[in-house]
Amino acid sequence: MSPAAHHEPHADTQAAAVDPQEVARFEKIARTWWDPKGPMRTLHKFNPVRLAYIRDHVAAHFGRDPKDGAPLDGLTLLDVGCGGGLLTEPLARLGAQARGLDPAPTNVEVARLHAERAGVAVSYEQETVEAVVARGERFDVVISMEVVEHVPDPDAFVRTCARAVAPGGLLFMATLNRTLKAWGLAIVGAEYVLRWLPKGTHEWDKFVTPAELEASMRAGGLAVREVTGVTYNPLQDAWGLSRDTAVNYMAFAERPAG
Amino acid sequence: MTGPAGRGQSWRIVVAGGGIVGLALALALRRAAPRAIEVTLADPALARDPDGDRRAYAVSAASRRMLSALDVWAGIAGRAQEMREMVITDSHLADPVRPVFLEFGGDGERRDDEGGAAEHGAPDEPSSEPFAEPFAEPFAHMVESAVLVRALRDTCREAGVEMLEAGVRRATPDADGAGVSVRLTDGSTREAHLVCAADGKRSRLREGAGIGWSGWDYPQSGLSAIVGHARDHEGRAIQHFLPSGPFAMLPLTPGGSLGHRSAIVWSERKTNVPHMLALDEDMLLEEIERRFGLELGAIALETPIQAFPLEFGLARAFVAQRLALLGDAAHVIHPIAGQGVNLGLKDAAVLAERIVSAVRLGMDLGAADVLEDYQRARRADTVAMGLATDALNRLFSNDVAPVRMLRDLGLGLVNRMPAAKRFFMREAAGVPGQGGARLLRGEAL
Repeated sequence: MSPAAHHEPHADTQAAAVDPQEVARFEKIARTWWDPKGPMRTLHKFNPVRLAYIRDHVAAHFGRDPKDGAPLDGLTLLDVGCGGGLLTEPLARLGAQARGLDPAPTNVEVARLHAERAGVAVSYEQETVEAVVARGERFDVVISMEVVEHVPDPDAFVRTCARAVAPGGLLFMATLNRTLKAWGLAIVGAEYVLRWLPKGTHEWDKFVTPAELEASMRAGGLAVREVTGVTYNPLQDAWGLSRDTAVNYMAFAERPAG
Repeated sequence: MTGPAGRGQSWRIVVAGGGIVGLALALALRRAAPRAIEVTLADPALARDPDGDRRAYAVSAASRRMLSALDVWAGIAGRAQEMREMVITDSHLADPVRPVFLEFGGDGERRDDEGGAAEHGAPDEPSSEPFAEPFAEPFAHMVESAVLVRALRDTCREAGVEMLEAGVRRATPDADGAGVSVRLTDGSTREAHLVCAADGKRSRLREGAGIGWSGWDYPQSGLSAIVGHARDHEGRAIQHFLPSGPFAMLPLTPGGSLGHRSAIVWSERKTNVPHMLALDEDMLLEEIERRFGLELGAIALETPIQAFPLEFGLARAFVAQRLALLGDAAHVIHPIAGQGVNLGLKDAAVLAERIVSAVRLGMDLGAADVLEDYQRARRADTVAMGLATDALNRLFSNDVAPVRMLRDLGLGLVNRMPAAKRFFMREAAGVPGQGGARLLRGEAL
């Protein structure tokens, strides 16, 4: 049976993917997505690490040269919860046929406008991943970064994203671990002390542990390939990969080609 | 403007200024991403023969590695004089024998197999024979400006850099923030994603962007000339710290009327300069001989003396919207340590690396965060070097007895402490520490 068959996109299961309060929260800050000094500055600092992680693993998996100008050339890519397109647009530049989904209309509008100005071909839709999956669409690469912690039913959401992955394709996810350290750093530290993120950006009890994420990926029919931590180095004011998954972490999984 | 949308289209960068730093940046970008980045280099001086410039530069080991990685060094090596040794003395003109207080022997830093600088054991266990180890490279080479510029121009052309014999008049960021429109002195316009200003200390682009400049003039002027001499310099650079300021003799490749050549660079109180320039050749040679010493035999003047102002200046910011400053447009330092061009090449190495890394991540190469990253990486180093050279100049350009005693003692101590000496050698060679740019380690981007 299809692992997420009970998540067809009718009214009540839409709620699994989208929390109206969360959508409203992001609507308010959507105009500032591309301002590296605005409320999204932490994401901007974070972005090179995430992009390099996705690029390098996709290039290795599909036998491409990551230094080539377009290592994702011709691959289809779905970015679930794309926000202002901070990842979608660069990945499209690297050659992917990219589509971004976001439930917040202002996000979609901001992302479209930015791509248009930059002259990058990307399509953005105000749509859920459930709807895309229900139409039977599948992608070589599916990414959903810093989104799981904002959805009402993380397990169902991860399994739906997994269904969007074509055989031989990859799913990338990034989120926050549900540890005391994550509460201290990501909520108290980042939102209240350093003011990196608007207050109320995160709710600790929605955070997902790596074990839970891996279990959902496996339940979605994927083989988990790697879980890696992402940590902040205050001396260099930069983020980097790390073995420490206690706060921020990323994972990727593969749908077997068979 | 329209940006890249996958294969076929590319980024466009305009580099203003075709000096060594601008040429090196243009070349580094084309070498690393020939399909993704188109580079236009604009400078009216491209129409002129580089032989007009008779200056010579001390190219640090790091700069030399960068030029190697860019495939330029092989064409220069035969015309570059190794600097194997540096002797620093502190003296009065009248002193018959100038005591040597600091000698830099050996050749640069030994390198390990990974290409980084090797550590010479723990700093608290100085070896008694610090320079007895085999060194892979000299710490610097003396290269004449014309040799460097010609080789860089030729390589840029081969690498597909568009060379325009026109200046950049103005750069105006687009209203939507996605690009920048560049007006040239020939009346034409170029659309680009980033403008890199290597257009010198009076940078028109820096002024156009409203970036402030803080600095001061020194009460001295620099003087330089190429001197022929009868005896071989054996690759030794000599720097005499005279009360009026430093006097450096820097070894050049063989040639000239007496078989051997050195570049001399010194500073004089501004009030002395008109007098120096007005002297006839015999008198001038006598003045030079008083400073040059007698150890290299008979001397002759191979080029007229050139005077240049000495100043210190630093741009308040190194970046603005779709604009990055590098080289003298960003900073002018006292030439006492010979670090001006090396500092500019470091800018080019770091900026090229940031740009290429953004392009390979699909990011906008002229976005504010990419430029901020460059500024953060370069500004602190520049301020440190600027202040160090200023302090060095103030320390040595005076004849107050207690200060003189202190610095004699200081240099003498440095000479007796292998760890401290290695530190100074390393700085002079421009060996990058951790986090240094790849090109400065001789690695391709």
